[in-house]
Amino acid sequence: MNAAHFELSHLRALEAEAIHIMREVAAELERPVLLFSGGKDSIVLLRIAEKAFRPGRFPFPVMHVDTGHNFPEVIEFRDRRVAELGERLVVASVQESIDAGRVVEETGPRASRNRLQTITLLDALEEHGFDAAFGGARRDEERARAKERVFSFRDDFGQWNPKVQRPELWSLYNGRIRRGEHVRVFPISNWTELDVWQYIAEERLEVPSIYFAHPREVFRRDGMLYAASDFVELIDGEEPFDASIRYRTVGDMSCTGAVESGAATLEAVVAEIAASRITERGETRADDRVTEAAMEDRKREGYF
Amino acid sequence: MALGNGKVPGAPRTTELLRLATAGSVDDGKSTLIGRLLFDSKAIFEDQLEHVEAASERRGDGHVNLALLTDGLRAEREQGITIDVAYRYFATPKRRFIIADTPGHEQYTRNMVTGASTADLSLVLLDARHGVLEQSRRHAFISSLLRIPHLVVCINKMDLVDHDEAVFERIVEEFSDFAARLDVTDVTFIPISALHGDNVVDRSEHMPWYNGPSLLYHLEHVTIAADRNLSDVRFPVQWVIRPQSDEHHDHRAYAGQVAGGVLHPGDEIAVLPSGRTARIAAIDDGAGTELEQAFPPMSVSLRLDAEVDVSRGDIIVGAEDPPAVTRQFEAIVCWMADAPLRERGRYLLKHTTRTTKAQVVRLAHRIDVNSLRHDETATELGLNDIGRVHLRTGDQLAVDRYSRNRSTGSFILIDESTNDTIGAGMIVAAVKQSP
Repeated sequence: MNAAHFELSHLRALEAEAIHIMREVAAELERPVLLFSGGKDSIVLLRIAEKAFRPGRFPFPVMHVDTGHNFPEVIEFRDRRVAELGERLVVASVQESIDAGRVVEETGPRASRNRLQTITLLDALEEHGFDAAFGGARRDEERARAKERVFSFRDDFGQWNPKVQRPELWSLYNGRIRRGEHVRVFPISNWTELDVWQYIAEERLEVPSIYFAHPREVFRRDGMLYAASDFVELIDGEEPFDASIRYRTVGDMSCTGAVESGAATLEAVVAEIAASRITERGETRADDRVTEAAMEDRKREGYF
Repeated sequence: MALGNGKVPGAPRTTELLRLATAGSVDDGKSTLIGRLLFDSKAIFEDQLEHVEAASERRGDGHVNLALLTDGLRAEREQGITIDVAYRYFATPKRRFIIADTPGHEQYTRNMVTGASTADLSLVLLDARHGVLEQSRRHAFISSLLRIPHLVVCINKMDLVDHDEAVFERIVEEFSDFAARLDVTDVTFIPISALHGDNVVDRSEHMPWYNGPSLLYHLEHVTIAADRNLSDVRFPVQWVIRPQSDEHHDHRAYAGQVAGGVLHPGDEIAVLPSGRTARIAAIDDGAGTELEQAFPPMSVSLRLDAEVDVSRGDIIVGAEDPPAVTRQFEAIVCWMADAPLRERGRYLLKHTTRTTKAQVVRLAHRIDVNSLRHDETATELGLNDIGRVHLRTGDQLAVDRYSRNRSTGSFILIDESTNDTIGAGMIVAAVKQSP
């Protein structure tokens, strides 16, 4: 038998691993949920879920933590994609958390709802009794994530303790939790940004239009471009202007930077990512710039 | 530091995935070597580099401290240590690589075992000035224990021994003597200087006496496809797909990841532990396509031509060379908890997709990971200890020797009170049971 005939490309090997992880969670935990932001990584998660469970239904609903500051194109895409799949969508709203007095909105020109999401997420997990939440985080995104397990256990405050992580051996995941605890599961931990785009291209997956080059009114702050919108106050000296831009990540309009780009097709985006010399978070996310360990600190508080 | 050699990171889609494990301490040049591989394959980005430069400056390191790239946690940066497994990614036009980077000290044996469990290739780093140290022997032993198919020994800091061939040859001989006592089949020695890049990406001009490949060339070309077991069909069932919809009323499929062999529609299979047989009616990819075959590590679902009782935890196997169905076996266990493993200890055991109760019948011996000596007087396994134990389980399990199949030959032990994963096991032999 010639082993060379049985080679799997790296994308198919990563896909097979992610499908395996999803099925293990569905089998071992009581009430999983898949977190879907409308972004590229969670779009891949939905595809993985199809491959894991079709022609059956997903054995879990899809949940979006809606900050109220999302790009309208992304919300439109979210609703359409979930309807096409025929699966159930749960929306957890940061605005409702604010209205209910669960969180206090930041103010000022640099205000962001990024941190507030954590409370909304934890409340929603508790309210629905979810004991496992799939997320699209990848280890190549950030240094703290590089050390996080595929199964990331959280106490009843959602906190991550990097010093006591369960060893993960072979593909034997231990999904046992105690009442009140939950686990965040990252099936595409081992994927890079380029893998995600190559997979989207290979599977011909639809992504929100803001990932492609389009004209938009933007302003420059701290060397990054942000969309001019009702959600951001301009600081003196900041002048909006029109530019051809696209987004590398999908987050809040208030803290997600755009890149100047002419890439209008999937192929052009893949080529642009392949040539990029800056990480997606470094280029587009104000939320990671606060301190050297910004991500680790937020994860300890219950963030993804 | 120079940025790269012009290799394009946008690897073509047909690249293979290679998982490699490294282990080492701060001063043996491991971080520099990984940094070099990442730089030269353009996997380190400018903002990451700027970040490391700024952090090195603040700490007063006096140079760009590449260890800061991999040491991601606050405690690690504060204490200048590596406390966990870090995963790194890079690609060349030929392959996509996952590096499991683990600390090398003895108290991190469990991290090394974790990183090694999924690796295709193990990278052991030696300092040319110091030769084969206890730590290098330990890395090689753990690599062989976890049956990583390929071992690469990089003899680093050759620039500090005048690129002397005699030094290299002496270390190769010393290491080979030790490796002869291990179960390793493919060992490659490469003289390098990670700091200066000699023999890392390109062949070095400083060592004309060396005729072998550079490290990266070797990583790109070592044959890994043949490492999988393609002869014995093993398919642990994870999940039963039963849509019960009008459209798919009678659809019943068994979902899992192929752990061995090649499956085709029409093949005769048996379901273990029950032993009932059927034929494969179809192999589905989950995206609406029926496949002509499935092989490791594909995730698929199988439909059978007969109504047989199959559920999660069962293993679908081929008609030939079935695994042993048993409640007792001998295994090498690496212990990962503070509270020791003792005879008569009771745990949960997860093997493929089945979790069952297990009890330690006997601790045969503890292995000294440095000298490889067996201590038969040992009465317990402490944190990071490795030993041979005899286990019995509540359910019947369909097991293979680990040397035959890394999936159906491995298991983890779980503490029922804390839910922690406390041990990793590799099956050596099934124990014959009286009926």
